[in-house]
Amino acid sequence: MTLLQSRSDRATRAAANLEHSSPEERRRRRRVRLILTVLGLACLLAAVAYLTYDVRGSWDYAMDLRTRQVGSLLVVGAAVGASSLVFQTIAGSRILTPSVMGFDALYLLVQTIIVFFFGSATFLMMGVAERFLINAGALVVFGMLLFRWLFGRNSRNLLVLVLVGIVIGSLFNSLTSLASRVLSPNDFLTLQDVMFATFNTVDGDLLWIVAVVCVVGLLALVPLLRYLDVVDLGYDSAIALGLPYHRVVTLTLAVVTLLVAVSTALVGPMLFLGLIVANLARQVVPSHRHTDLVLGSVFVGILATVGGQFVVGHLMDNATTLSVVVNLVGGIYFILLLMRTVRL
Amino acid sequence: MIRVRDVTHRYDKQVVLDEVGLTLPVGQLTSIVGANGAGKSTLLSVISRLIRPEQGTVFIDDLDVGTAGADAISKRLAVLRQDNRITARLSVIDLVRFGRFPYSKGRLTPEDHVVVEEALDYLDLQLFRDRYLDQLSGGQRQRAYIAMILAQDTDYILLDEPLNNLDMKHASSMMTLLRRAADELGKTIVLVLHDINFASCFSDHIVAMRDGKVVVQGTPAEIMQRETLREVFDMDIHVQDLHGMRLGIFWTTGAPVGPGPVVAAPADASGAELGTVSRA
Repeated sequence: MTLLQSRSDRATRAAANLEHSSPEERRRRRRVRLILTVLGLACLLAAVAYLTYDVRGSWDYAMDLRTRQVGSLLVVGAAVGASSLVFQTIAGSRILTPSVMGFDALYLLVQTIIVFFFGSATFLMMGVAERFLINAGALVVFGMLLFRWLFGRNSRNLLVLVLVGIVIGSLFNSLTSLASRVLSPNDFLTLQDVMFATFNTVDGDLLWIVAVVCVVGLLALVPLLRYLDVVDLGYDSAIALGLPYHRVVTLTLAVVTLLVAVSTALVGPMLFLGLIVANLARQVVPSHRHTDLVLGSVFVGILATVGGQFVVGHLMDNATTLSVVVNLVGGIYFILLLMRTVRL
Repeated sequence: MIRVRDVTHRYDKQVVLDEVGLTLPVGQLTSIVGANGAGKSTLLSVISRLIRPEQGTVFIDDLDVGTAGADAISKRLAVLRQDNRITARLSVIDLVRFGRFPYSKGRLTPEDHVVVEEALDYLDLQLFRDRYLDQLSGGQRQRAYIAMILAQDTDYILLDEPLNNLDMKHASSMMTLLRRAADELGKTIVLVLHDINFASCFSDHIVAMRDGKVVVQGTPAEIMQRETLREVFDMDIHVQDLHGMRLGIFWTTGAPVGPGPVVAAPADASGAELGTVSRA
């Protein structure tokens, strides 16, 4: 099929969509578009504000530092927003996000194990980019194995999944701290450095590679989005409608693990960020289509990270860190969600 | 034609389907009846490939359900399970459009839109098309789901307890609607039903199951016999013929209530009986 044909095809479809939609439907579509536009503009505004607020001393120095910070905030916000939202859909629950299920704890464990087996010397000799790619690759493989197994067995029982996720998360954390205790002091220091990178100090090389991986991940998600709309109907309905359910879920999980690797590599684990962002996005964007929802979630994620860091870094003068604030707010939100959805 | 061959399935060690063999006729409305745990819903799930059985095969016409692509089957067979808890914020029209997914994968063509409109008309849902599902009553929501199934435009329609949670009025209009779909649209409809009287009044064919086996099958007149029902449900059910409809009086074992059998008593006497019961 030529490009021209597919374009005219799309045009007839669009015309038919318009013709067969009621005024109410069109009003709803316009509202969704408006909300997404406003969110996008708000992100832009927040980024500009972060860059230019109260610059003292050398403009060049401030720009260089702040561009890197904003860059990593954008990447983290987008990765967390998109991955959490689609994860909720494939998990079939609004309280399950990758962090709640222990994904980022797994990332740290993988990293620790690599240092443990190869020593910090090899670890440091590898470039930042290679290190990230190895970590991310290992995470995707292990994550897929683990979570395929989990979803295969207990996909019907939400409570079991939440419990398993929390137990697995703390198991991974304990294993990580065990392994880091066994490490030599040198290795340990190296590990500390890479594990708890914060928004304030971002390695330029790492940011580049991570940003590229993030964009690739988000692009890989695009063709899956209309299938995820069907996944949201539940397993039975999705199968009945002829959706290749397992393939869609597996591919989505692969992208999710990649995006988790992205955000964890940049800023370390942020347990409740995804939970707040994805649920807020679902509340703010009144649509069932994942094209709208994921875009909304990316924007909300960026607003949360850039806006949050603006408050913590600029207004509160780094008196606390963003992850502490996120965990505080997110923890309360998580409990509220759990209490409201006891019937699940 | 739906052909089920030697299907066996277990949950843990509990056998729920025990070498079931069955052929379901085309263009008819078939009801599957039986007690709880007889394997009705599991059989329906196996036929519609929601459950892969441990043994046995299912054929839809010439398609082997176990090996044919999900795509091919979803254009031939539509299925609706009993609990549909959708968390997404969907309007009726959104839901019905999902019925076209097997054909257009979410990108609706002009023809898809026409089919969707027809399904809405058929179920008289045009007034509700922009309502969200959680703003509908149980009966309306059930109709919206049926509209989605119709939009899927399949020869075969399988429904697992479609009357669940419907009151008398909605249950009977739902059955009338399904009967109409079988007669007018030539659909082959298979239902799991709990109420033997709905099965008796509306079906062409009844399949009765017990303990994972098909005990007996046939026309309503053949199944609605005291002896047969005892075999299937392990209950003594009095069967009455009312203008050619065979009704099982299952509410009271061995029915009817009151002194003396109604069968022998004159019609006005049974009316008087009822009167005394309600006064008491």
